Amino acid sequence: MNLESFLLMRSEIGLLAILLLLIIFEIFSNKKQKAAVIPFALILLAINTALGFLPLASGELFGGMFRTNALLYFFKTTLSLGVLILLLQSADWLKEKVVDENKASEFFMLIISSLLGTYFMISAGDFLMFYIGLELTTLPVAALVAYDTYKRISAEGAVKYILSSALASGAALFGISLLYATTGTIYFESMAEILTSSNLSILGFVFFFSGLAFKISLAPFHFWTADVYEGAPINVASYLSVISKGAAVVILMILLFTVFKPLMETWNKIIYIVIIATMFIGNLFAIRQQNLKRFLAYSSIAQAGFILLGLMSVDQLGTATIVYFVAVYIFSNLGAFGVVQAVSSFSDKENINDYEGLYRTNPKLSLLMMLALFSLAGIPPLAGFFGKFFLYTAAASQGYYILVFIAVVNATISLYYYLLVVRAMFLRQSDQAIPYFRSPFYMRLGLILAAIGILVAGVYSPIYDYIFSISNTFLN
Amino acid sequence: MDILSLFVIVPLLIVLALTFFAKDLKQARLISVVGMGIQFAMSINLIFAYLKERAVNTNIMVFTRDVVWYETFNIHYIIGVDAISVVMIALTAIVLLAGVFISWKIDDLPKEFFISLITLSSGVFGFFISTDLFTMFVFYEIAVIPMYLLIGIWGSGPKENSAMKLTLMLMGASAVLSVGILGIYFNSNADGGALTFNILEIAQVNIPEAAQNIFFPLTFIGFAVIGALFPFHTWSPSGHASAPTAVSMLHAGVLMKLGGYGVFRIAMYLLPKGALNWSDFFLVLSAFGVIYGAFGAIMQKDLKYVNAYASVSHLSLVLFALLMFNKTAWTGAIIQSLSHGLLTAMFFALIGMVYGRTHTREISKLGGIMKVLPFIGAIYVITGLAYLGLPGFSGFVAEMTVFVGAFQHPDMFHRILTIVVVSSIVVTAVYILRMVGKIMMGSLSNDDYKDLPKATWFEKTGLILLLIPVILIGVLPLGLSEMLKESIQPFLERLL
Repeated sequence: MNLESFLLMRSEIGLLAILLLLIIFEIFSNKKQKAAVIPFALILLAINTALGFLPLASGELFGGMFRTNALLYFFKTTLSLGVLILLLQSADWLKEKVVDENKASEFFMLIISSLLGTYFMISAGDFLMFYIGLELTTLPVAALVAYDTYKRISAEGAVKYILSSALASGAALFGISLLYATTGTIYFESMAEILTSSNLSILGFVFFFSGLAFKISLAPFHFWTADVYEGAPINVASYLSVISKGAAVVILMILLFTVFKPLMETWNKIIYIVIIATMFIGNLFAIRQQNLKRFLAYSSIAQAGFILLGLMSVDQLGTATIVYFVAVYIFSNLGAFGVVQAVSSFSDKENINDYEGLYRTNPKLSLLMMLALFSLAGIPPLAGFFGKFFLYTAAASQGYYILVFIAVVNATISLYYYLLVVRAMFLRQSDQAIPYFRSPFYMRLGLILAAIGILVAGVYSPIYDYIFSISNTFLN
Repeated sequence: MDILSLFVIVPLLIVLALTFFAKDLKQARLISVVGMGIQFAMSINLIFAYLKERAVNTNIMVFTRDVVWYETFNIHYIIGVDAISVVMIALTAIVLLAGVFISWKIDDLPKEFFISLITLSSGVFGFFISTDLFTMFVFYEIAVIPMYLLIGIWGSGPKENSAMKLTLMLMGASAVLSVGILGIYFNSNADGGALTFNILEIAQVNIPEAAQNIFFPLTFIGFAVIGALFPFHTWSPSGHASAPTAVSMLHAGVLMKLGGYGVFRIAMYLLPKGALNWSDFFLVLSAFGVIYGAFGAIMQKDLKYVNAYASVSHLSLVLFALLMFNKTAWTGAIIQSLSHGLLTAMFFALIGMVYGRTHTREISKLGGIMKVLPFIGAIYVITGLAYLGLPGFSGFVAEMTVFVGAFQHPDMFHRILTIVVVSSIVVTAVYILRMVGKIMMGSLSNDDYKDLPKATWFEKTGLILLLIPVILIGVLPLGLSEMLKESIQPFLERLL
C-alpha cells in the first residue's frame, strides 16, 4: 500500500490527527489554559472541513473493507460541516459550564470519535467494518448524553440510550450472522452477487434493518428518542438528530440499493409501511409536546419518515434526493436546535410557552427559528421545500402516488405544530417574555452558518445538480 | 433585466430596504408607497408594452425568458405573459398600492407589516408571470404563507384560530396540488420527449386519459380551495373577518384569484380530457357555492362576514364560468375576477374605514353614516350598486358575460344550473341593498357618531385608485374583451 492510496482515508486521518492533538493538548496544558481547547479544537475541525472541499479520488483499501467515492466524500464533508456548526453553537455552553469541571476537551474528543465512527460506517466495504463504525458512532454518544453528570434526567437518558443501542446492535449483528450463514461472505460486493430471496436471508435482513431502524429512530423503534433527547444536553440531542441519524440513513440507503437489491420486493413493502407509520407517529406525537427538545425529537422522527421516501426509487434520483435532503435537514435542524441552545443557555427555558413574545425582545433569533421551522415544514424558498419536493419526485417517479399523497398530508400536519412555535414567538405577547440578550461570538457564527445553509442550499441549484452528478458512483 | 422579472425583484428590494433602513412607521410607509408606486407604474407600462408587442408577436406568451434552474429535473425559471396575466398583474398592483394607502396608520410593528405584505405580493406577481409549473408552485406558496403572520399579528377577533385555519387549509390544498403537479410532470413525456415542467410544452402533449382523470381533481381542488370552492371555502369567512383591512383587501381581491387563474391555466389547460370528464361534478359544486355564499351573506350580522360570504358567492361564479367551456363564459370569468377583485377590495377598505371610526362592524348598531361621512358613504353606495351589477360598472359587464356564455349550452343540465345561478343576482341585491340601506341611510343610530373624522387624503386616494378601473371596465368593456380574445384562443384550441 503506497502513500497515495493511503491518502484516500484523508478525512479519517484528519480527524484522527485532531483527536491526537487534543490528547496532547490536554496533557500539556495547565488549569488556566484549559479554556483554550475550544478555539483550538474549532480551528482544527474548520481546517479539516475546509480540506474536505478539495477533490479526492475514489478507491478501495484493505482489500475492499474501506472504500470511498465522490458521494461518500461529499457526505463526509457535509457531516463535518454540520459538526463544526454544532460545536460552534455549543462552545459557549462548554466555556461556561464544562470547562470548570475540567471536561471540555473530553467533549470534543467524544464528538470527534463519534464523527470518525460515522465516517467508517458509511465508508465500510464489509459488515465487520460497518459494525465497528456503528459502535464507534454510538458509544461516545452514550457518554455525551450523560454529560450533565448530576442531572437525574440526563443519566436516565443515557441508560435508555445505551440499553436500546446495545439491543439494536445485537439485533443488527444477529441479522448479519444470518446473512453470513446464507451467503458465506461478509463483503458487500460479493454478498450482492450471491444473495437471493430466501426465508433465511429475509429473516437476516429484517433483523439487520430493525437494528439500523433504532439508530434512525423509525417507528416502531422510536421509543427511546424523545426521552434521550430530553435528558441529553441540547447540543448532544442535536448531534443525535442530525449527524448520527443522517449517517445511518445514508448507510441504510447504500446497503438497500446495493447489497439488498435482490430482496427489493420484500424491503419495498417494509419501507412503505415504515414510512407511513413513522410519519404519522412522529407528527401526531409532536403536536402534544411542550418541551422543545421533545418537540424536535418527534419532529425529527417524522422527518426520518420523509427521508425514506427517496428509498422507493432505487436509482440515481433516489440517492441524490436522499443525500440532498439529509444535507438540507442538517442545516435546518441545526438552526432550530441552535436557537433552543442559545435561549436555554441564557435563561434555562425550554418550553414552547416560554417563547411567547420572543419576537418583540429578540427579533433575530425568532426570525432564524421561524426560518428553520419553515424549512423543516417545507415552505419555499427555503432549502427544506426543495428537499421535500424532490423526495416526493423520487417516490412519484416509481408511481407511488398514494404514498406521496400520505406524505403531503403529513407535511400539512407538521406545518401545524411548527406554526405553534411561530405562534408563540410572533403572535403572542407576554410580560414574562425572555428579555433581550446578545449571543456570544461562537453562537452567532454557528447560527449564521446554519441560516446561510437554509437560505442558499435550496435556491442555489448547482448544489443539487452536483449531488445528482456524483450519485451514480456506488450504484454500478 | 427583462420587464417581467422586475415585478419580483422590485418587491424583494423593497423588503430589503425596509429591513435595513426603515426605523419607524413614517419611513416604512414611505418606502412601501414609493415601491408599490413603482410597481403600479410598471404594471401600467406593462399593459401598453403588451398591446404594442401583441401587434407584432403572435406567440401565446410574450416577453418570455427561459433560465435553467434545476437541470436534472428540467426545472426552468420561465416567464412570459398573455393578456390574462397582464390584467391580473395590473389588478394586483392597483390593490396593493391602495392597500398600502389604507394601512397608512398601522401602529403595531409597522415595518414587519409592510415586509410581510410585500413578500406576499412578490409571490403573487411571480405566480402570474411564470409559465413553469414548479416555479409557479414555489411562488404560490410564497404568496400564501405570510398570511399567517399578517392575520395572526395584526388581525382582530379570534385571529389566532382564523390564521391557523386559513394557513392549514391553503397549505393543505397546495400539498394536494403538489401531487397533481408531479402527476402532470411524470406524464409530460407521454408523446415521447423529455419530462418537463414547462406549461406551454405540456400543452402540446396528449396525457393519457386515465392519468388525466386522476390528476385533474387533485390539481383542480388544489387551486380551487383558494378560489373558495364549496365545501372548502370555510377558511374564507373567518380569515377575512379576522384579517386587518389591507390584508382582507389583498386576499379577497388578489390572492383568491390565484385559484381561478391556476384552475384555468394549469388544471384545465394541461388536463383537458380530465376537465371535461369532471366538469359536471365541479359545476354542481360551484353552482351550489354561488347560491350558498349569497344566502350565507344574507344571514350575517358582521359587515366583514357579509363581504366574505359575498366573495365566496362571486368567486364560485368564476369557477362556474370556467367550467362552462366556451369563449364567452371564459371571458366573463376573467372579467368577473377583475371586477370582484376591485369591488371587494373597495368594500373591505370601506368597512375598515367605518370600523376604524365607529369601532363596530355590526350592521344593527350602525345607521345614517352617510350624514357624517359623506365621501365614504357615497363610495359605499357606489360600490354596493356596482357589486350587485348596475350597468355602467364592471360588475354588470362581468356577470352579463358569464351568464350569456353559460346559457349558450343547449342541454337541460347546463340550462337549469345557469338559471339557478342567475337567481343569485336577486339574493345579492337583497343583502347589498339591505346592508347599504341600514348603515348608510336613515337617522344616525348613535349620537357618539356625530363627530366622526372625515375621510383623510390617503383613504380617498386608495378608494379612487380602485374606483377608476371599475368605471373603466364598466364603460369600455369591449377594449378589455378584445384584449383577452387572442389569449383565450389557445385554451379554445386545447379544450374544445
